[in-house]
Parts: sequence; structure tokens; C-alpha cells
Amino acid sequence: MSLISASGVSVRFGGAEVLSRVSLSLSAGEIVTVVGPNGSGKSTLLRALLGIQRLSGGKVARRPGLRIGYVPQRLAIDRSLPMTARRFLSLPRPCTDAQAAAALTRCGVADLADRQMVALSGGQLQRVLLARALLHAPEILILDEPTQGLDQPGEAGFYRLIEEVRRDTGVAVLLVSHDLHVVMAASDRVICLNGHVCCEGAPHVVSQAPEYRALFGFGTQGALALYRHDHDHSHGPADGPVHVHGPGCGHDHSHGPSHSHAQKEVHSHAG
Amino acid sequence: MLDDFLTRAALAGVGLSLATGPLGSFVVWRRMAYFGDATSHAAILGVALALALSLPIAAGTLIVALAMALTVSTLAARGWAMDTTLGVLAHSALAFGLVAVSFLPGVRTDLTALLFGDILAVSRGDLAMVWGGAALVLGLLVWRWQALLTTTLSEDLAHAAGLNPDRERLVLTVALAVVVAVAIKIVGALLIAAMLIIPAAAARGLTRSPETMAALATLIGAGSAVGGLGLSFQFDTPAGPSIITIAALIFTLSVMIASLRR
Repeated sequence: MSLISASGVSVRFGGAEVLSRVSLSLSAGEIVTVVGPNGSGKSTLLRALLGIQRLSGGKVARRPGLRIGYVPQRLAIDRSLPMTARRFLSLPRPCTDAQAAAALTRCGVADLADRQMVALSGGQLQRVLLARALLHAPEILILDEPTQGLDQPGEAGFYRLIEEVRRDTGVAVLLVSHDLHVVMAASDRVICLNGHVCCEGAPHVVSQAPEYRALFGFGTQGALALYRHDHDHSHGPADGPVHVHGPGCGHDHSHGPSHSHAQKEVHSHAG
Repeated sequence: MLDDFLTRAALAGVGLSLATGPLGSFVVWRRMAYFGDATSHAAILGVALALALSLPIAAGTLIVALAMALTVSTLAARGWAMDTTLGVLAHSALAFGLVAVSFLPGVRTDLTALLFGDILAVSRGDLAMVWGGAALVLGLLVWRWQALLTTTLSEDLAHAAGLNPDRERLVLTVALAVVVAVAIKIVGALLIAAMLIIPAAAARGLTRSPETMAALATLIGAGSAVGGLGLSFQFDTPAGPSIITIAALIFTLSVMIASLRR
């Protein structure tokens, strides 16, 4: 049984349909990256899976008793709130000093325990957030744009860390990114979302190729990979930028199970 | 011991600080300062209603303060522009309250007491109410502490941890209304918000955790109450404003200490 799954999930904000019959499911130990442009409903999808967002259609199923570790998109802590990283780890569920130290060490920020949260850099904050999510042995990590605001080495380092955590603990990972083309190399699947599931496939790992070096340099140690979209439809102007793929775009891909071409947007099949 | 009016006044101030320290910290962390103003200004209207209907004053202030606090948090949840909305509500409530009070014969003379408090006239009954109300608020905050802190940091984080941010917001709203109802006698409607914010702000620069900040805010509040009463007794100044004056001096001192340490 999958850990968490969405089947035909639709969400409306006012009159606008933000998510339209989106289906996806995660199995134990799997890493899935959801990419999509701004406003494509990525965060809404995560919120739906977490049970925060009310659905206008479809169903979300979580395995009963599923332990979720959640890393929110950003944490805007008011400067008036004094809080050390150690204290933050105990919210809302208290953890022991040993658990806190283990989680911080795992995330490479053992020395930050007594540092004030507002004094942390973007990358440090992400690691502390991840440390908090790793407490209490989660079965799935849900991360909302965890590398936003990080530079490329920072992003690669964070992805390597997640890869290690998955290797060591077998935790499943669902990660959202607005970067349409550069994804975590360890992703088992990449899902491109734009209100609906546009396409789905494996990342294109090219770390040995010269063009990878040209793109990412040597510092990333293969943590980043490219994702090549293979959309067989284009979106009407009302739906954002048109993306039509040329005839050379012929690698295989599969759509989400409920992806329906009977939707309202303009489809112009290319290739 | 309770026969002495100064002792009763000091005990009332200390009792109030037990609630305003931790609650004031949340008001500062969540940027609810204006929210405190609106709620406390509405209390004047509550006093007028209570006098007109011959209800106990505390009941009148509690009901109207609660109604105001709930209105504000409902509007906030619906995405109204908060500074404008609160500006309208806070000052309208004060104006309506003052107009309503003017219709009641014999109350007009007590207006200063309503606006600035009359801590020296605190009775044994008032004292019981202040300590009762403060204990209630403190109990509520301690009980919900972890959830309130998580919600204050991030509502999404709270949601994902199975908490309900709306419920935690309601806890703070109710606590605020209770504090306003018991504090109006001590510092008056105009200065309740000061009693919430200034001690907490003074504690901020000297502390490194939410708990020590709340505890230090309580100490500073209690110290301000006692010091303000001394000032008032010595120089015959109004008691409520004297308490806030001491708190403001402590705040200035704390800012200086914090910047020297840096």
C-alpha cells in the first residue's frame, strides 16, 4: 500500500481551479520531485496531501498513523521572538537533547544548537528545518521548495543530504521545486505540474557528460540532474506560457493515471 | 495586611503581571499590538453598557471586549487590511464608549478612572477578580504553550503537526478579553496595551528563549507596578500612568544594556 496518495484531486480558489484532477502516489523509500512554474498549484498539492487544504473533488489517502516530517516553504520568524535552534526542535512535540543532537548532526549543523533562529543563514535554516522534520522517525518527508534562495552548491549539498537520509533511513521523500529543468538526481520520478499533471518521468542523469560540467561545474558531485519535459499538448494563452515540444522530443514518458485529455484547455499535439 | 490600600494596589499590579507577561509576549511576537488597543478601547463601551443595564462592570467589559476581539480576529482571517480595520474599530469603540458614558448621570466624574485606572481604589473583591482572571489566563497559556508557540512560528507547521491554528488564535483572543476585563480597574482602558507590550519588549533584548522572555516580562511588569505605585505615593502622580512610566524607563534601560552587549 502506498504511504500517501491523491486520486483525482481538484482544488478551487474562488472560481479558479488551481488543481484539476491530480493523481499521484508515493511508495515507501521513493523520492518524487514535483516541478512546475509559479502558480501551478505545487504548494496547494502539498497542502492537500497534508490535509490542510480543502478539496473540491477527489480524495487524499494517507496510510493510517503515517509519520510525516514537513519542511515548510519558508519560516518567517519575527525578530521579537527569541528562539534557539534547539528549542525550535521541540515544537510542538518535545524531544530529548540526545535526539536533537542526533538530528542536527545528521543534517550537518550540530554546532548551531544554541544559535538564535533569526541569526541563521538561508541554508542553515533549511538544515535546521530538515533536522526538525527528521525527529520522531518520519516515514515520509514532505519538502516545499527547500532549496529556494540557496546557490547551486548549497542546493546540491542539500539534495545530497536528502539522498543520504533516504539511504540511511529508507524515508520516502516528496519534494516540490519551481526549477523546471534542474532536479535532484536521486529522484525516482519527476512530475511536472501545471494545474494538472503535464508529464511524468525519470530525471536525465548526465553527470558524466561534458555538458553537465559546463552547467554545474565540479562542486555539485552529481546531486543535480536535468529533467526533459515531454509534453504532448500545449496550453492556451490563458493558461500561462505556451510550451510546445519539437519533433526531436521523442523519449518515452507516461502520464499520471488520471490525466485526462478531455480537459478544457487547448491541446495542440506536436511532433 | 490587605487592609492597607497600597498593599492591595501592589498585589493587584503583581497579579495582573502574571497574565500580561506571557500574554504580552505573544502580542509582541504575533504583532497584535493594535489588536490589544482595539480590545481595550472597546472595554469603555462595555463599562457604559454595564452601568446602563446595572450589570457588574467586569461582566460588561468582558462581553464587549470578547465581542470586539472575536470581530477583529474574524476580519483578520478574512483578509481585511488590518491596520486600517483596527484603526477604525479601536477608535470608534473608544468614541462610542465615551459618548455612551456621557448619557449616564454621575459616571462622568469617573471617566479618568476608566481611562487611566484607579488602582488605589482596588477592593478585596477586585483583588480576587484580578488574581482569578490572571490565574485563568496563565493557566490557559501554560496549557496551550507548545501549540501556541508552533502556531506563532508558522501556521502551516502547526497544521502539519495536527494542530488547529484557528483554535490557538481563539485561545489568545479569549485570554486578551479576560485580561482587559480585569485590568481596566488597574491601568485603565488607554494603558492596558502598554502593560502588555512594554514589559515584553523590555524583556526581548535580554533573553534567548520564549520562556525566559515571558518570565522576565512578568517580573518587569510586577516591578513596574510596585515602582509606579511608589512613584505615585511619593509625588502624588496618577498611579496607572506612573506604572507605565516605570515600565518605559525599564524598557529604555534594557535597550541600552542589549546594545552594549552586542
